[in-house]
Amino acid sequence: MPRRTLHERYARLHKLGMQAANQLQAFVSPEQERPLWQQLSEELGEATQDIAALLLSGTWRTPDEEVDRRIAQLLQGQHLGEFGVDPFGYAPESLRVMVPIMDFLLRVWFRAECFDLNRVPEGRVLLIANHSGQLPFDGMAIGSAMLLEHEPPRIARTMVEKFATALPGFGDLVYRCGSVTGLPDNCRRLLENDECVLVFPEGARGIAKPFRERYRMTAFGQGFMRLALETNTPIVPIAVVGAEEQTINLGNLELLARLLHFPSMPITPGMAFLGPLAMVPSPVKYRIYFGEPMTFEGDPNDDEAVIAPKVAAVKASIQTMMDRGLRERRGYFV
Amino acid sequence: MVRKQSLVVITGVGGRLGQLLARRLHRQEGVQVAGIDRRAFPRKPVDVEHLRIDLRRKGAEELFRTRQVDVIFHLGVMHDPRKDTREHHTWNIRGTQQILEFAHRYNVPKVVILSTGDVYGPAGDNPSFITEDAPLLGAQRFAALRDLIAVDMTAQSWFWKHPEIETVVLRPAHILGATHNAVSNYLRLPRVPVLMGFDPMLQVLHEEDAVAAVLAAATPGVRGVFNIVGPDALPLRKLIEVAGKETLELPHVLLPAVVNRLFQMRFAEFPAAELDYIRYAATMDGSRAREVLRFRHVYGVREAVAAALRRDIFDGSVEGGRKSPRLRTTRF
Repeated sequence: MPRRTLHERYARLHKLGMQAANQLQAFVSPEQERPLWQQLSEELGEATQDIAALLLSGTWRTPDEEVDRRIAQLLQGQHLGEFGVDPFGYAPESLRVMVPIMDFLLRVWFRAECFDLNRVPEGRVLLIANHSGQLPFDGMAIGSAMLLEHEPPRIARTMVEKFATALPGFGDLVYRCGSVTGLPDNCRRLLENDECVLVFPEGARGIAKPFRERYRMTAFGQGFMRLALETNTPIVPIAVVGAEEQTINLGNLELLARLLHFPSMPITPGMAFLGPLAMVPSPVKYRIYFGEPMTFEGDPNDDEAVIAPKVAAVKASIQTMMDRGLRERRGYFV
Repeated sequence: MVRKQSLVVITGVGGRLGQLLARRLHRQEGVQVAGIDRRAFPRKPVDVEHLRIDLRRKGAEELFRTRQVDVIFHLGVMHDPRKDTREHHTWNIRGTQQILEFAHRYNVPKVVILSTGDVYGPAGDNPSFITEDAPLLGAQRFAALRDLIAVDMTAQSWFWKHPEIETVVLRPAHILGATHNAVSNYLRLPRVPVLMGFDPMLQVLHEEDAVAAVLAAATPGVRGVFNIVGPDALPLRKLIEVAGKETLELPHVLLPAVVNRLFQMRFAEFPAAELDYIRYAATMDGSRAREVLRFRHVYGVREAVAAALRRDIFDGSVEGGRKSPRLRTTRF
């Protein structure tokens, strides 16, 4: 047997791999013309080029003057205590350190495209979005868009899952950036102060769903609707398209999750060799659709049966925008 | 028969707040003050009576039998996890029960009980504004708090058992001053331990403001439970910064086990359950006291912290000498 050069070995391996991939593709979806792996590698290549170009150009960074202006604007309407912190622990000045991270995630990593961002009205408003992607990068993206792209800048007060408050980092950074523990009382008080509150009514159920159930929203809680009725708050439905594919969840390890007091513990394909790093999201492209503000009237203490159609209307609006997003997109990464 | 004389009774008068309250009442309101406490009352004003007896013993009743008491200020609630738990428990519960019995038996129209904001307990799922009707979960992880909760509940049961008595329960935020309470001691540490990645919001209250709230609660016609909140809540690390102290960053993962072992061996000053106080927030809504009691705090965070740090020579005045005569009290 002749000695092969490294290049020859690689070429042979590549050929074998291609054959295997083609066979697999033929088995999985015989009708598709362009094989999935080819599509994905092309998209990833394009995404990598885009990311590299963005990073090199430096245009993704919000200029310092712009950051100053936006934070100054945030400070205006806010009731802050002697130490620049509101009673919920939010300190607008702390956002300054977060801006580069937000810039990077929003503009470089996810290259988020926001549609009809200007539909978010002034004054009190509830942002209601679908939740996905194993880790709440969708919340971060919406928050970043409201802070860095919306005029005037708003801080999205995110309602976070109660369990998360036991994690280090939540006690300081997350609260300083405007998030609050997800309790109806907190939400009511924020809305009465005319704040912009972001709620994911699917909660942990939605974010932790396995890959095969992507873009199928789970049941919505009714709490947000009761609060909207009680405080007379308009609702802006939001659909985030793209986040579903950032981390592939093959299933949840329920026993381990229960041991760690986590709501879920996803198994991802990369976990065997990457460990927790497998939770780093892949550079999918985010498309964020903002719907027309919806106002509802009625008794906040009505029966579930009366509240349910109102919740369904919000869900349907998100579904419509999500379908549009899925139709419009070229791929996962571009 | 001896003519009954009108007076107010302060239990726990030997404590820091008891002393401040006795001085204020004696000075400002010009009423006859009688204190009950086993502890000494150093540099006691001459016309303040001091009964050095245990509230649970018979002697205390004599005071109520012979004199007409107008108000009872029950400050004699002990909170010290280092004390024997049985003594701690009976002292607090039997003592409170006793004082309420006296009020009922000898027609005292008003009882003010100084409970604590700690009855709500720090937890990750607390709302940012805990109202007076929230459940008292303070003992869910910190068993030593269970008798303070029992005291609070006992006092609350008096609202319906004896509606003719105006019972007031006060739940103040963390009181800072020349006292030996957990927060003041914590801030006095040379390096103040904090947990990495946690920075809960805290509410502090100057001891003079706490006393002012107790006095406000004595207003005729007022009854019920009140959260007593001073200046705006601030993050823990900010408070330590105000105190001018360095922080000692500790990981929260293995710490409770280590601390508990050290506490058992009497090396650590506090049990691990107290770590929750520097991990989670328990901030209260003080609007009810502002509306009903018309309670307004006078001292800010900086003054409260200064009061806690200047404990050896405390002359009753805060920096700038606001509104208090120079009365030297002893060190604790």
